[in-house]
Amino acid sequence: MSSISTPRPQDNFYHDEKYGFRPWLKSWLLTTDHKRIGILYMFAINFFFAIGGLLATGIRAELVTPAADMVNSEVYNRIFTSHGIIMIFFFLIPSIPATLGNFLIPLMIGAKDLAFPKLNLLSWYIFMLAGFFALYTLFTGGIDTGWTFYTPYSTTYANTGVIPMGIAIFIAGFSSILTGLNFIVTIHKMRAPGMTWFRMPLFVWSHYATSLIQVLGTPVLAMTVILLALERIFRIGIFDPQLGGDPVLFQHLFWFYSHPAVYIMLLPGMAIISELITCFSRKRIFGYKFVAFSSLAIAIFGFLVWGHHMFTSSQSVFAGMVFSLISFVVAVPSAIKVFNWTATMYKGRIYYEAPMLYALGFLGLFIIGGLTGLFLAATAMDVHLHDTYFVVAHFHYIMVGGTLMAYIGGLHFWWPKITGRMYSEIWGRISALVVFAGFNLAFFPQFILGQLGMPRRYSSYPEEFQIYHVLSSAGSSILAIGYALPVVYLLLSLKFGPKAPSNPWGATGLEWTTTSPPPTHNFDKTPVVTEEAYSYNPQDPGIFRAQGKW
Amino acid sequence: MAQHNPAVPTQHSPHLAHHFDTLEQQYDAANAGMWLFLATEIMLFGALFVAYAVYRFVYPETFFEASRHLAIPAESPWYLRSVFLGTINTTVLLVSSLTMALAVHAAQTGKRNRLVWLLLATMVLGTVFLGIKGLEYFLKYEEHLIPGPNFIFEQANRNQAQLFFLLYFIGTGLHAVHMVIGLGLLAYLVFQSRKGRFTPEWFTPVEMGGLYWHFVDVVWVFLFPLFYLIGLHE
Repeated sequence: MSSISTPRPQDNFYHDEKYGFRPWLKSWLLTTDHKRIGILYMFAINFFFAIGGLLATGIRAELVTPAADMVNSEVYNRIFTSHGIIMIFFFLIPSIPATLGNFLIPLMIGAKDLAFPKLNLLSWYIFMLAGFFALYTLFTGGIDTGWTFYTPYSTTYANTGVIPMGIAIFIAGFSSILTGLNFIVTIHKMRAPGMTWFRMPLFVWSHYATSLIQVLGTPVLAMTVILLALERIFRIGIFDPQLGGDPVLFQHLFWFYSHPAVYIMLLPGMAIISELITCFSRKRIFGYKFVAFSSLAIAIFGFLVWGHHMFTSSQSVFAGMVFSLISFVVAVPSAIKVFNWTATMYKGRIYYEAPMLYALGFLGLFIIGGLTGLFLAATAMDVHLHDTYFVVAHFHYIMVGGTLMAYIGGLHFWWPKITGRMYSEIWGRISALVVFAGFNLAFFPQFILGQLGMPRRYSSYPEEFQIYHVLSSAGSSILAIGYALPVVYLLLSLKFGPKAPSNPWGATGLEWTTTSPPPTHNFDKTPVVTEEAYSYNPQDPGIFRAQGKW
Repeated sequence: MAQHNPAVPTQHSPHLAHHFDTLEQQYDAANAGMWLFLATEIMLFGALFVAYAVYRFVYPETFFEASRHLAIPAESPWYLRSVFLGTINTTVLLVSSLTMALAVHAAQTGKRNRLVWLLLATMVLGTVFLGIKGLEYFLKYEEHLIPGPNFIFEQANRNQAQLFFLLYFIGTGLHAVHMVIGLGLLAYLVFQSRKGRFTPEWFTPVEMGGLYWHFVDVVWVFLFPLFYLIGLHE
């Protein structure tokens, strides 16, 4: 386990038969290898994360002072709208599934590739095309409708790039559908001998649930965008009340996708946490089946709670009550996961490696984000908190504190497998702590702001709110440093990092039985699975610590 | 790229992709993928049907009148009434599903000529459907029933009726787009089957094309009564 295996170069999926720049470029752009496509996605998604992050910087810079002095309201509207759309549709939704999911699912179930490798590549190209339209929108004046595109503002009044951004989201949806479809079929049909459903890593279960939402939810958004575009282009009333249409219908259709989409973003994060907690606690997961089925329960109930976004928009009180109740119910499977993760750590042998620090950060932040979600699911409370910074803080605790923490933690965990190099452990731990501290400073004051009545989407505010905004902006600066650090030391590790053994963490799971990085066909011979996932032994440390000052 | 792994037994079928172990596994994967794709299509059309259900629930009288007007426009001969053209089209489409199903069977039993002719027959029927659909659209255009500034409807509230026709055009239009895509797929299948690519061991594309074609038919089976027939009962 601690021995460093030195694979032959041709057993490495980075290896190309021919040398030179053009064959190299061609071998990447025409690849059907899920590992390479995962890396292509990683570049694209981190690029969009950087853009979304820059836009967030603009928001936080403007909000340092109460007056709208850096940009005017119109520009501010474009900044926060673009931030939301880029982060949600071009970072969070594809983030973990398209990168780590793509890379790891075939490895974890012992397959040579996803079921449809060409579709997988196609989904990347579709995503890039969508990204092109999104960038085009940004550079031709942006869009100011809020990421929710509410009608009639988006159809009748907005003078910004609703159509090109609508096209971008419509196209991006196809890439999301193709990824989800590929995963479902792969998990059903490509498992190695002995890899039964209940021997699969929970990473795979969670991605299965995610894929179900992607496949069943995204088409509804596609149709909603089509209707929105038709109304905007031809001025005919589907959602326009002046022409007999119903603007609330738009909200129903939009949230029918966009609420489950929250779980598209969150479930893959939970997928990673299940792997990290077990590995660095050296314990088998507590309640495997509960964690597995809670993923499916979240996916199913997630489809039934969209109305909690509309407690204040003319939905009937009865419907509000039902949606409120189901929203409380969906908290149960999430809580099951949290309890099971903590129970897994109990009496485990815990290692505070960088990925584990990210996982622990996830736990703390997700609990706050999840519990404040219950405040918002209570109809009476929501009337007070609707469209305030309380909502903003809540979903950032889930999306950034949850998904993003998990993504970065997962990236560290599988970095040796993906690149064949160890990153700097000490810097990894520092960055995890900086991100955790910066995040809390950036977003906890927003709970207070929202409770005090500060509405979201405003560039100016009363002076008594300034202290919280200054704290928040200071926190986001620290957060930015926390995100910049891994970029530096992860990239440096490619050149200076020690070579990674095939299983640096002493983790279970088929992906650790093959070399780092894996060969093109993943395994020398098809693995045969004989035991459950997470058969950890607390007596067995097995953590690889690179020697030297690195 | 395609390094063959000596440890894995390779079957000698030219159709077996490198990452599958058996043709059966490969067929199962394609089949599951196709059904999932059709599920996404159901959700796509489903959103439209929800919009239809909401507006029909809110404006039942107007939808009744508008559907009646769509099916039996005043002052038009019986053979140009949409209810007649739509019924013909329904028949055409159902027969095309039959020819498609027979084509899959021909592929299964390895009858190449029959496969080509049945695929061509399906294409002809699909084209007839689109032709009649185009004629209907033209008649609606002449009757000023295209939503927009020139939309005229006097039997009931104009805006509400416009919603009905909007949904009609989006629904049938999206269906027609799917038909055109289906014709493209069929043309590809004809081309491939003339070259003799399909054998009783491997005819997955024909089967998948068949699933798609039947799905598009089923969508029409829902569109037809919802738009053409709800105004006909007294």
